[in-house]
Amino acid sequence: MALEEAGVPTVAVHTHVFARLARATALANGMPRTRQAFVPQPIVDRSPAELRAYIEGIDPVSRRPFMQEVIEGLTQPLSAEDLKGVSFERSTPRLLAADTHDALQQLFVDNNWTDFLPIILPTEERVAAMLAGTSHAPDEVVGRLSPTSFREEWEFTVEKVAVNAVMAGARPEYLPVILAIAASGITARSSSTTSMTSIAVVNGPIRNQIGMNCGIGAMGPHNHANATIGRAYSLLSQNLQGGSVAGETYMGTLGNGLAYSPCFAENEERSPWQPLHVGKGFKAEDSAVSVFFGARYTQEGYGPRETWQEKMRRCLSAGAHFPPLLILDPIVARGFADHGITTSQQLIDWCAANALLPAREYWDDQWVQTLLRPLAVAGVEPYATRLAARDDEIVAMFEAREIHAGVVGGETQGAWKMIGARHMRTVSIDAWR
Amino acid sequence: MSSTMTVHDPRGYPPKVVGKRLASRLEALDGKILYLVDCLFDNSEPFMEQMQSWFAAHLPAVTTRIIKPRESWVDDPAMRATITADGDAAILGVGL
Repeated sequence: MALEEAGVPTVAVHTHVFARLARATALANGMPRTRQAFVPQPIVDRSPAELRAYIEGIDPVSRRPFMQEVIEGLTQPLSAEDLKGVSFERSTPRLLAADTHDALQQLFVDNNWTDFLPIILPTEERVAAMLAGTSHAPDEVVGRLSPTSFREEWEFTVEKVAVNAVMAGARPEYLPVILAIAASGITARSSSTTSMTSIAVVNGPIRNQIGMNCGIGAMGPHNHANATIGRAYSLLSQNLQGGSVAGETYMGTLGNGLAYSPCFAENEERSPWQPLHVGKGFKAEDSAVSVFFGARYTQEGYGPRETWQEKMRRCLSAGAHFPPLLILDPIVARGFADHGITTSQQLIDWCAANALLPAREYWDDQWVQTLLRPLAVAGVEPYATRLAARDDEIVAMFEAREIHAGVVGGETQGAWKMIGARHMRTVSIDAWR
Repeated sequence: MSSTMTVHDPRGYPPKVVGKRLASRLEALDGKILYLVDCLFDNSEPFMEQMQSWFAAHLPAVTTRIIKPRESWVDDPAMRATITADGDAAILGVGL
Protein backbone atom coordinates (compact mmCIF):
# COMPACT_ATOMS: atom_id res chain seq x y z
CA MET A 1 0.00 0.00 0.00
CA ALA A 2 2.96 2.29 0.56
CA LEU A 3 3.86 1.73 -3.09
CA GLU A 4 0.37 2.81 -4.17
CA GLU A 5 0.73 5.94 -2.05
CA ALA A 6 4.02 6.62 -3.79
CA GLY A 7 2.26 6.47 -7.17
CA VAL A 8 3.19 2.92 -8.21
CA PRO A 9 0.20 0.83 -9.34
CA THR A 10 0.40 -2.47 -7.52
CA VAL A 11 -1.28 -5.85 -7.39
CA ALA A 12 -0.86 -8.05 -4.31
CA VAL A 13 -0.96 -11.81 -4.84
CA HIS A 14 -2.15 -14.09 -2.04
CA THR A 15 -3.29 -17.67 -1.70
CA HIS A 16 -7.05 -18.02 -1.65
CA VAL A 17 -7.44 -19.04 2.02
CA PHE A 18 -6.25 -15.57 2.98
CA ALA A 19 -8.88 -13.71 0.95
CA ARG A 20 -10.91 -12.53 3.96
CA LEU A 21 -7.81 -11.52 5.88
CA ALA A 22 -6.33 -9.69 2.88
CA ARG A 23 -9.50 -7.70 2.35
CA ALA A 24 -9.92 -6.89 6.04
CA THR A 25 -6.30 -5.70 6.19
CA ALA A 26 -6.80 -3.50 3.12
CA LEU A 27 -9.91 -1.96 4.68
CA ALA A 28 -8.16 -1.31 7.99
CA ASN A 29 -5.39 0.44 6.07
CA GLY A 30 -7.84 2.80 4.38
CA MET A 31 -7.42 1.26 0.96
CA PRO A 32 -10.27 -1.24 0.64
CA ARG A 33 -10.11 -1.35 -3.14
CA THR A 34 -6.48 -2.44 -3.25
CA ARG A 35 -6.03 -4.69 -6.25
CA GLN A 36 -5.58 -8.29 -5.16
CA ALA A 37 -5.32 -11.54 -7.08
CA PHE A 38 -5.40 -15.05 -5.67
CA VAL A 39 -3.81 -18.39 -6.46
CA PRO A 40 -4.69 -21.71 -4.85
CA GLN A 41 -3.20 -22.71 -1.52
CA PRO A 42 -0.50 -23.98 -1.05
CA ILE A 43 2.51 -22.35 -2.63
CA VAL A 44 4.95 -24.18 -0.39
CA ASP A 45 6.33 -27.43 -1.82
CA ARG A 46 4.84 -26.83 -5.28
CA SER A 47 7.12 -27.45 -8.23
CA PRO A 48 7.87 -24.69 -10.78
CA ALA A 49 5.51 -26.45 -13.19
CA GLU A 50 2.72 -26.44 -10.61
CA LEU A 51 3.33 -22.79 -9.83
CA ARG A 52 3.20 -22.02 -13.55
CA ALA A 53 -0.15 -23.81 -13.70
CA TYR A 54 -1.42 -21.54 -10.92
CA ILE A 55 -0.31 -18.51 -12.93
CA GLU A 56 -1.93 -19.75 -16.11
CA GLY A 57 -5.03 -20.93 -14.27
CA ILE A 58 -8.09 -19.44 -12.66
CA ASP A 59 -8.14 -17.10 -9.67
CA PRO A 60 -10.11 -19.25 -7.19
CA VAL A 61 -11.70 -16.17 -5.60
CA SER A 62 -12.82 -14.16 -8.64
CA ARG A 63 -13.20 -17.24 -10.89
CA ARG A 64 -11.48 -15.29 -13.68
CA PRO A 65 -8.10 -16.01 -15.28
CA PHE A 66 -5.42 -15.15 -12.73
CA MET A 67 -3.19 -13.16 -15.11
CA GLN A 68 -6.19 -11.24 -16.39
CA GLU A 69 -6.84 -10.15 -12.81
CA VAL A 70 -3.22 -9.11 -12.44
CA ILE A 71 -2.94 -7.17 -15.69
CA GLU A 72 -6.29 -5.46 -15.31
CA GLY A 73 -5.34 -4.58 -11.76
CA LEU A 74 -2.40 -2.61 -13.12
CA THR A 75 -4.04 -1.10 -16.20
CA GLN A 76 -7.81 -0.78 -15.75
CA PRO A 77 -8.79 2.86 -15.12
CA LEU A 78 -9.77 3.71 -11.58
CA SER A 79 -13.32 4.57 -10.62
CA ALA A 80 -14.26 7.50 -8.41
CA GLU A 81 -14.64 5.00 -5.59
CA ASP A 82 -11.05 3.79 -6.11
CA LEU A 83 -9.66 7.28 -5.92
CA LYS A 84 -11.10 8.43 -2.66
CA GLY A 85 -9.97 5.75 -0.22
CA VAL A 86 -12.00 5.30 2.91
CA SER A 87 -11.48 7.21 6.15
CA PHE A 88 -13.55 6.40 9.18
CA GLU A 89 -13.49 6.50 12.94
CA ARG A 90 -14.05 3.27 14.77
CA SER A 91 -14.80 3.37 18.41
CA THR A 92 -15.70 0.76 20.95
CA PRO A 93 -18.06 1.93 23.67
CA ARG A 94 -17.15 1.76 27.32
CA LEU A 95 -20.47 0.11 28.19
CA LEU A 96 -22.86 -2.06 26.22
CA ALA A 97 -26.62 -1.58 26.07
CA ALA A 98 -28.34 -3.05 29.11
CA ASP A 99 -29.81 -6.50 28.62
CA THR A 100 -30.55 -9.70 30.49
CA HIS A 101 -27.81 -11.99 31.76
CA ASP A 102 -28.59 -14.68 29.21
CA ALA A 103 -28.84 -12.24 26.31
CA LEU A 104 -25.49 -10.66 27.21
CA GLN A 105 -23.81 -14.06 27.53
CA GLN A 106 -25.09 -14.87 24.05
CA LEU A 107 -23.97 -11.48 22.73
CA PHE A 108 -20.42 -12.13 23.93
CA VAL A 109 -20.42 -15.55 22.25
CA ASP A 110 -21.94 -14.21 19.03
CA ASN A 111 -19.33 -11.43 18.84
CA ASN A 112 -16.42 -13.85 19.38
CA TRP A 113 -15.46 -12.12 22.64
CA THR A 114 -15.12 -15.38 24.59
CA ASP A 115 -13.09 -18.57 24.36
CA PHE A 116 -16.43 -20.41 24.12
CA LEU A 117 -16.35 -21.37 27.77
CA PRO A 118 -18.77 -19.51 30.06
CA ILE A 119 -17.49 -16.11 31.18
CA ILE A 120 -18.19 -13.85 34.12
CA LEU A 121 -20.03 -10.85 32.73
CA PRO A 122 -18.00 -7.66 33.36
CA THR A 123 -20.56 -5.59 35.22
CA GLU A 124 -19.62 -2.12 36.39
CA GLU A 125 -19.47 -3.37 39.97
CA ARG A 126 -17.20 -6.32 39.16
CA VAL A 127 -14.84 -4.21 37.07
CA ALA A 128 -14.66 -1.58 39.81
CA ALA A 129 -13.79 -4.31 42.31
CA MET A 130 -11.12 -5.68 39.96
CA LEU A 131 -9.59 -2.22 39.57
CA ALA A 132 -8.99 -2.14 43.32
CA GLY A 133 -6.19 -4.62 42.59
CA THR A 134 -3.95 -1.88 41.16
CA SER A 135 -2.99 1.67 42.07
CA HIS A 136 -3.05 2.66 38.41
CA ALA A 137 -5.83 4.85 37.01
CA PRO A 138 -8.49 3.07 34.95
CA ASP A 139 -7.86 5.30 31.94
CA GLU A 140 -4.08 4.81 31.89
CA VAL A 141 -2.93 3.38 28.58
CA VAL A 142 -1.22 0.03 29.17
CA GLY A 143 -0.06 -0.73 25.64
CA ARG A 144 -0.98 -1.94 22.20
CA LEU A 145 -1.53 -5.36 20.65
CA SER A 146 -2.06 -6.77 17.19
CA PRO A 147 -2.54 -10.33 15.89
CA THR A 148 0.55 -10.05 13.72
CA SER A 149 3.21 -7.53 12.78
CA PHE A 150 1.52 -6.37 9.58
CA ARG A 151 -1.86 -5.68 11.18
CA GLU A 152 -2.91 -2.49 12.90
CA GLU A 153 -2.28 -2.15 16.63
CA TRP A 154 -5.19 -1.56 18.99
CA GLU A 155 -4.67 0.42 22.19
CA PHE A 156 -6.00 -0.49 25.61
CA THR A 157 -6.27 0.91 29.11
CA VAL A 158 -6.07 -0.48 32.64
CA GLU A 159 -9.86 -0.67 32.72
CA LYS A 160 -10.02 -2.71 29.52
CA VAL A 161 -7.53 -5.20 30.97
CA ALA A 162 -9.63 -5.37 34.14
CA VAL A 163 -12.76 -6.10 32.07
CA ASN A 164 -11.09 -9.13 30.50
CA ALA A 165 -9.72 -10.21 33.88
CA VAL A 166 -13.27 -10.24 35.26
CA MET A 167 -14.47 -12.27 32.27
CA ALA A 168 -11.75 -14.85 32.95
CA GLY A 169 -12.81 -15.24 36.57
CA ALA A 170 -9.66 -13.66 38.00
CA ARG A 171 -9.49 -12.01 41.42
CA PRO A 172 -8.42 -8.38 42.01
CA GLU A 173 -5.14 -9.44 43.62
CA TYR A 174 -4.13 -11.10 40.32
CA LEU A 175 -4.56 -7.87 38.35
CA PRO A 176 -0.93 -6.65 38.62
CA VAL A 177 0.23 -9.90 37.01
CA ILE A 178 -2.35 -9.61 34.24
CA LEU A 179 -1.46 -5.95 33.63
CA ALA A 180 2.24 -6.82 33.41
CA ILE A 181 1.48 -9.55 30.88
CA ALA A 182 -0.66 -7.14 28.86
CA ALA A 183 2.05 -4.49 29.03
CA SER A 184 4.48 -6.91 27.39
CA GLY A 185 2.77 -6.15 24.08
CA ILE A 186 3.06 -9.83 23.15
CA THR A 187 -0.20 -11.42 22.08
CA ALA A 188 -1.22 -14.92 23.09
CA ARG A 189 -3.46 -15.01 20.01
CA SER A 190 -1.05 -14.60 17.14
CA SER A 191 -2.71 -15.09 13.78
CA SER A 192 0.28 -17.05 12.48
CA THR A 193 -0.59 -20.03 10.31
CA THR A 194 1.72 -22.04 12.57
CA SER A 195 -0.67 -21.76 15.54
CA MET A 196 1.67 -19.95 17.87
CA THR A 197 0.60 -18.78 21.29
CA SER A 198 2.46 -17.31 24.25
CA ILE A 199 3.37 -18.61 27.69
CA ALA A 200 3.70 -16.45 30.82
CA VAL A 201 6.07 -17.64 33.57
CA VAL A 202 5.73 -15.80 36.90
CA ASN A 203 8.61 -15.28 39.33
CA GLY A 204 9.06 -13.57 42.68
CA PRO A 205 7.11 -13.10 45.90
CA ILE A 206 3.78 -12.47 44.18
CA ARG A 207 3.54 -16.18 43.36
CA ASN A 208 2.94 -16.99 47.00
CA GLN A 209 1.07 -13.78 47.79
CA ILE A 210 -1.70 -14.68 45.35
CA GLY A 211 -1.51 -18.45 45.76
CA MET A 212 -0.09 -19.47 42.40
CA ASN A 213 0.84 -23.10 41.90
CA CYS A 214 4.39 -23.95 40.99
CA GLY A 215 4.20 -27.53 42.30
CA ILE A 216 2.04 -30.53 41.37
CA GLY A 217 0.11 -29.83 38.17
CA ALA A 218 1.41 -26.26 37.83
CA MET A 219 1.08 -26.33 34.05
CA GLY A 220 -2.47 -27.67 34.12
CA PRO A 221 -5.90 -26.50 35.32
CA HIS A 222 -5.30 -27.22 39.00
CA ASN A 223 -5.06 -23.78 40.55
CA HIS A 224 -7.36 -20.76 40.49
CA ALA A 225 -4.67 -18.12 40.02
CA ASN A 226 -2.74 -19.98 37.31
CA ALA A 227 -5.89 -20.88 35.41
CA THR A 228 -7.60 -17.50 35.49
CA ILE A 229 -4.47 -15.39 34.92
CA GLY A 230 -3.70 -17.54 31.90
CA ARG A 231 -7.27 -17.33 30.69
CA ALA A 232 -7.24 -13.56 31.17
CA TYR A 233 -4.10 -13.41 29.02
CA SER A 234 -5.88 -15.36 26.33
CA LEU A 235 -9.08 -13.30 26.44
CA LEU A 236 -7.37 -9.92 26.64
CA SER A 237 -5.15 -10.88 23.71
CA GLN A 238 -8.09 -11.56 21.44
CA ASN A 239 -10.30 -8.71 22.59
CA LEU A 240 -7.76 -5.94 22.96
CA GLN A 241 -6.00 -6.59 19.63
CA GLY A 242 -9.11 -6.50 17.46
CA GLY A 243 -10.14 -10.13 17.46
CA SER A 244 -9.00 -13.70 17.01
CA VAL A 245 -11.64 -15.07 14.68
CA ALA A 246 -10.78 -18.17 12.68
CA GLY A 247 -10.33 -17.36 8.99
CA GLU A 248 -10.30 -13.62 9.60
CA THR A 249 -7.98 -12.58 12.39
CA TYR A 250 -6.73 -16.07 13.28
CA MET A 251 -5.11 -18.29 10.66
CA GLY A 252 -3.39 -21.01 12.73
CA THR A 253 -4.14 -24.12 10.74
CA LEU A 254 -4.18 -26.58 13.66
CA GLY A 255 -4.84 -24.27 16.60
CA ASN A 256 -3.15 -24.60 19.98
CA GLY A 257 -4.57 -25.92 23.25
CA LEU A 258 -2.03 -23.94 25.26
CA ALA A 259 -3.84 -20.80 24.13
CA TYR A 260 -6.60 -21.44 26.68
CA SER A 261 -4.55 -20.72 29.76
CA PRO A 262 -0.82 -20.26 29.22
CA CYS A 263 0.43 -19.26 32.68
CA PHE A 264 2.34 -20.90 35.55
CA ALA A 265 4.89 -20.00 38.20
CA GLU A 266 8.46 -21.14 38.71
CA ASN A 267 9.19 -23.32 41.74
CA GLU A 268 11.95 -21.11 43.10
CA GLU A 269 11.83 -22.66 46.58
CA ARG A 270 12.72 -26.14 45.31
CA SER A 271 15.00 -25.08 42.48
CA PRO A 272 18.76 -25.38 42.78
CA TRP A 273 19.13 -22.71 40.09
CA GLN A 274 18.67 -18.96 39.95
CA PRO A 275 15.12 -17.92 39.06
CA LEU A 276 14.31 -17.07 35.46
CA HIS A 277 13.70 -13.38 36.15
CA VAL A 278 17.08 -12.96 37.87
CA GLY A 279 18.68 -13.97 34.61
CA LYS A 280 16.81 -11.06 33.03
CA GLY A 281 18.20 -8.42 35.36
CA PHE A 282 15.64 -8.51 38.17
CA LYS A 283 16.38 -9.14 41.84
CA ALA A 284 15.11 -12.30 43.48
CA GLU A 285 12.78 -10.22 45.66
CA ASP A 286 11.21 -8.57 42.59
CA SER A 287 8.09 -10.00 41.03
CA ALA A 288 8.16 -10.28 37.26
CA VAL A 289 6.61 -12.22 34.42
CA SER A 290 8.50 -13.62 31.45
CA VAL A 291 6.61 -13.99 28.19
CA PHE A 292 7.63 -16.69 25.72
CA PHE A 293 6.24 -16.73 22.19
CA GLY A 294 5.69 -19.80 20.03
CA ALA A 295 4.68 -22.85 22.06
CA ARG A 296 4.06 -24.94 18.97
CA TYR A 297 5.81 -28.14 19.97
CA THR A 298 6.29 -29.87 23.30
CA GLN A 299 8.50 -32.85 23.96
CA GLU A 300 9.19 -34.63 27.21
CA GLY A 301 11.66 -36.79 28.99
CA TYR A 302 12.48 -38.19 32.41
CA GLY A 303 15.60 -38.37 34.47
CA PRO A 304 18.24 -37.30 33.81
CA ARG A 305 19.01 -40.95 33.18
CA GLU A 306 22.20 -42.48 31.86
CA THR A 307 21.30 -41.70 28.24
CA TRP A 308 19.94 -38.19 28.89
CA GLN A 309 22.31 -36.64 26.38
CA GLU A 310 21.10 -38.86 23.52
CA LYS A 311 17.47 -38.22 24.46
CA MET A 312 17.92 -34.47 24.69
CA ARG A 313 19.87 -34.30 21.43
CA ARG A 314 16.99 -36.03 19.67
CA CYS A 315 14.48 -33.62 21.18
CA LEU A 316 16.57 -30.57 20.32
CA SER A 317 17.04 -31.56 16.70
CA ALA A 318 13.41 -32.64 16.33
CA GLY A 319 12.07 -29.20 17.17
CA ALA A 320 11.24 -26.50 14.70
CA HIS A 321 13.24 -23.30 14.45
CA PHE A 322 11.95 -21.82 17.70
CA PRO A 323 14.48 -22.28 20.51
CA PRO A 324 13.63 -24.53 23.44
CA LEU A 325 12.18 -23.42 26.75
CA LEU A 326 13.10 -26.24 29.15
CA ILE A 327 10.74 -26.81 32.06
CA LEU A 328 12.19 -29.23 34.58
CA ASP A 329 10.84 -30.75 37.74
CA PRO A 330 13.09 -29.96 40.74
CA ILE A 331 14.12 -33.63 40.82
CA VAL A 332 15.55 -33.28 37.32
CA ALA A 333 17.27 -29.96 38.01
CA ARG A 334 18.94 -31.38 41.10
CA GLY A 335 19.72 -34.61 39.30
CA PHE A 336 21.75 -32.75 36.72
CA ALA A 337 24.28 -31.95 39.44
CA ASP A 338 25.22 -35.66 39.41
CA HIS A 339 26.12 -35.18 35.75
CA GLY A 340 28.26 -32.11 36.41
CA ILE A 341 25.59 -29.54 35.53
CA THR A 342 24.99 -27.34 38.56
CA THR A 343 23.53 -24.19 36.96
CA SER A 344 20.82 -23.53 34.40
CA GLN A 345 23.40 -21.75 32.26
CA GLN A 346 25.50 -24.91 32.06
CA LEU A 347 22.48 -26.85 30.78
CA ILE A 348 21.66 -24.06 28.34
CA ASP A 349 25.23 -24.04 27.04
CA TRP A 350 25.13 -27.82 26.63
CA CYS A 351 21.87 -27.54 24.67
CA ALA A 352 23.29 -24.85 22.41
CA ALA A 353 26.32 -27.02 21.69
CA ASN A 354 24.19 -30.09 21.01
CA ALA A 355 21.24 -28.70 19.07
CA LEU A 356 22.66 -29.70 15.72
CA LEU A 357 21.39 -30.60 12.27
CA PRO A 358 22.89 -31.21 8.86
CA ALA A 359 22.60 -27.92 6.95
CA ARG A 360 20.28 -29.50 4.40
CA GLU A 361 17.75 -30.42 7.10
CA TYR A 362 18.14 -27.11 8.92
CA TRP A 363 17.32 -25.08 5.84
CA ASP A 364 14.57 -27.41 4.60
CA ASP A 365 12.03 -25.82 6.91
CA GLN A 366 9.30 -23.41 5.86
CA TRP A 367 9.89 -20.91 8.63
CA VAL A 368 13.65 -21.09 8.51
CA GLN A 369 13.34 -20.36 4.80
CA THR A 370 10.88 -17.54 5.29
CA LEU A 371 12.32 -15.81 8.33
CA LEU A 372 16.00 -16.70 8.56
CA ARG A 373 17.18 -17.21 4.98
CA PRO A 374 16.71 -13.52 4.06
CA LEU A 375 18.89 -12.60 7.04
CA ALA A 376 21.50 -15.15 5.95
CA VAL A 377 21.52 -13.78 2.42
CA ALA A 378 21.98 -10.28 3.86
CA GLY A 379 25.08 -11.52 5.72
CA VAL A 380 23.60 -11.50 9.21
CA GLU A 381 25.37 -13.96 11.53
CA PRO A 382 25.07 -16.71 12.59
CA TYR A 383 22.63 -17.38 9.73
CA ALA A 384 25.09 -16.49 6.97
CA THR A 385 27.57 -19.11 8.21
CA ARG A 386 24.80 -21.70 8.40
CA LEU A 387 23.73 -20.89 4.85
CA ALA A 388 27.30 -21.21 3.59
CA ALA A 389 27.60 -24.71 5.05
CA ARG A 390 27.62 -27.74 2.75
CA ASP A 391 24.42 -29.83 2.75
CA ASP A 392 25.97 -32.52 4.94
CA GLU A 393 27.82 -30.12 7.22
CA ILE A 394 26.52 -29.97 10.78
CA VAL A 395 25.23 -26.56 11.86
CA ALA A 396 24.11 -25.23 15.24
CA MET A 397 20.37 -24.56 15.46
CA PHE A 398 20.38 -22.02 18.28
CA GLU A 399 22.61 -19.68 20.21
CA ALA A 400 22.78 -20.09 23.99
CA ARG A 401 21.16 -16.69 24.56
CA GLU A 402 18.02 -17.97 22.82
CA ILE A 403 17.56 -20.97 25.12
CA HIS A 404 15.90 -20.77 28.54
CA ALA A 405 15.34 -23.15 31.43
CA GLY A 406 13.03 -22.98 34.44
CA VAL A 407 12.08 -25.24 37.32
CA VAL A 408 8.43 -26.17 37.82
CA GLY A 409 6.65 -29.13 39.33
CA GLY A 410 5.83 -31.04 42.49
CA GLU A 411 8.47 -33.80 42.55
CA THR A 412 6.04 -36.66 41.97
CA GLN A 413 8.14 -37.59 38.93
CA GLY A 414 11.50 -36.57 37.49
CA ALA A 415 9.90 -35.14 34.36
CA TRP A 416 10.95 -32.42 31.98
CA LYS A 417 9.36 -30.73 29.03
CA MET A 418 10.90 -28.96 26.10
CA ILE A 419 8.66 -26.32 24.53
CA GLY A 420 9.59 -24.43 21.39
CA ALA A 421 9.17 -20.87 22.63
CA ARG A 422 11.22 -17.73 22.20
CA HIS A 423 11.72 -15.37 25.15
CA MET A 424 10.26 -12.02 24.22
CA ARG A 425 10.20 -9.87 27.34
CA THR A 426 10.34 -9.97 31.14
CA VAL A 427 8.08 -7.33 32.69
CA SER A 428 7.93 -6.03 36.26
CA ILE A 429 4.75 -7.01 38.10
CA ASP A 430 5.58 -4.68 40.98
CA ALA A 431 5.23 -1.71 38.63
CA TRP A 432 1.57 -2.63 38.16
CA ARG A 433 0.62 -3.14 41.81
CA MET B 1 -39.29 -11.23 33.33
CA SER B 2 -35.51 -11.23 33.82
CA SER B 3 -33.86 -8.07 35.13
CA THR B 4 -31.38 -6.28 32.93
CA MET B 5 -27.78 -5.40 33.65
CA THR B 6 -25.10 -3.17 32.19
CA VAL B 7 -21.66 -4.56 31.34
CA HIS B 8 -18.43 -3.26 29.87
CA ASP B 9 -17.37 -3.71 26.26
CA PRO B 10 -14.28 -5.97 26.37
CA ARG B 11 -12.62 -4.67 23.23
CA GLY B 12 -9.63 -2.36 22.90
CA TYR B 13 -9.54 0.85 20.92
CA PRO B 14 -8.87 0.57 17.18
CA PRO B 15 -6.88 3.28 15.42
CA LYS B 16 -8.65 5.70 13.12
CA VAL B 17 -8.62 4.52 9.53
CA VAL B 18 -7.21 7.13 7.19
CA GLY B 19 -8.23 6.68 3.58
CA LYS B 20 -5.51 6.41 0.98
CA ARG B 21 -6.05 6.64 -2.74
CA LEU B 22 -4.80 4.15 -5.26
CA ALA B 23 -2.14 5.19 -7.75
CA SER B 24 -3.25 5.99 -11.27
CA ARG B 25 -3.20 2.91 -13.48
CA LEU B 26 -1.08 2.50 -16.59
CA GLU B 27 -2.68 2.66 -20.03
CA ALA B 28 -0.66 -0.38 -21.03
CA LEU B 29 2.27 -2.40 -19.76
CA ASP B 30 4.25 -2.41 -23.01
CA GLY B 31 7.57 -0.61 -22.62
CA LYS B 32 7.12 -0.36 -18.87
CA ILE B 33 9.29 -1.65 -16.03
CA LEU B 34 7.40 -4.04 -13.79
CA TYR B 35 8.90 -5.01 -10.44
CA LEU B 36 8.05 -8.50 -9.20
CA VAL B 37 8.44 -8.31 -5.43
CA ASP B 38 9.37 -11.64 -3.89
CA CYS B 39 7.96 -11.27 -0.37
CA LEU B 40 10.27 -14.06 0.85
CA PHE B 41 7.57 -16.50 1.86
CA ASP B 42 8.79 -20.05 1.39
CA ASN B 43 8.71 -20.91 -2.34
CA SER B 44 7.67 -17.41 -3.46
CA GLU B 45 11.00 -17.09 -5.29
CA PRO B 46 10.18 -19.78 -7.89
CA PHE B 47 6.65 -18.37 -8.08
CA MET B 48 8.03 -14.97 -9.07
CA GLU B 49 10.46 -16.61 -11.49
CA GLN B 50 7.50 -18.27 -13.16
CA MET B 51 5.71 -14.91 -13.31
CA GLN B 52 8.78 -13.44 -14.97
CA SER B 53 8.87 -16.33 -17.41
CA TRP B 54 5.17 -15.84 -18.19
CA PHE B 55 5.71 -12.17 -19.03
CA ALA B 56 8.70 -13.03 -21.21
CA ALA B 57 6.57 -15.49 -23.16
CA HIS B 58 3.32 -13.54 -23.40
CA LEU B 59 4.20 -9.86 -22.99
CA PRO B 60 7.84 -9.56 -24.06
CA ALA B 61 7.62 -5.77 -24.33
CA VAL B 62 7.36 -5.58 -20.54
CA THR B 63 10.63 -5.42 -18.64
CA THR B 64 10.36 -7.43 -15.42
CA ARG B 65 12.76 -7.26 -12.51
CA ILE B 66 12.57 -9.49 -9.45
CA ILE B 67 13.34 -7.66 -6.22
CA LYS B 68 13.30 -8.75 -2.57
CA PRO B 69 12.96 -6.94 0.73
CA ARG B 70 15.71 -7.43 3.27
CA GLU B 71 13.50 -9.35 5.71
CA SER B 72 10.16 -11.12 5.70
CA TRP B 73 7.18 -9.02 6.87
CA VAL B 74 9.34 -6.00 7.57
CA ASP B 75 9.03 -2.80 5.56
CA ASP B 76 12.10 -2.14 3.44
CA PRO B 77 12.19 1.58 2.56
CA ALA B 78 15.28 1.13 0.36
CA MET B 79 13.49 -1.46 -1.76
CA ARG B 80 10.42 0.75 -2.04
CA ALA B 81 12.61 3.68 -3.08
CA THR B 82 14.14 1.58 -5.85
CA ILE B 83 10.73 0.55 -7.17
CA THR B 84 9.37 4.09 -6.95
CA ALA B 85 12.40 5.57 -8.71
CA ASP B 86 12.86 3.00 -11.45
CA GLY B 87 9.58 1.15 -11.80
CA ASP B 88 6.21 1.80 -13.41
CA ALA B 89 4.25 -0.90 -11.59
CA ALA B 90 4.68 -3.74 -9.12
CA ILE B 91 3.32 -7.17 -8.30
CA LEU B 92 3.79 -8.36 -4.72
CA GLY B 93 3.68 -12.02 -3.89
CA VAL B 94 3.13 -14.34 -2.41
CA GLY B 95 1.85 -12.37 0.49
CA LEU B 96 -0.15 -13.51 3.48
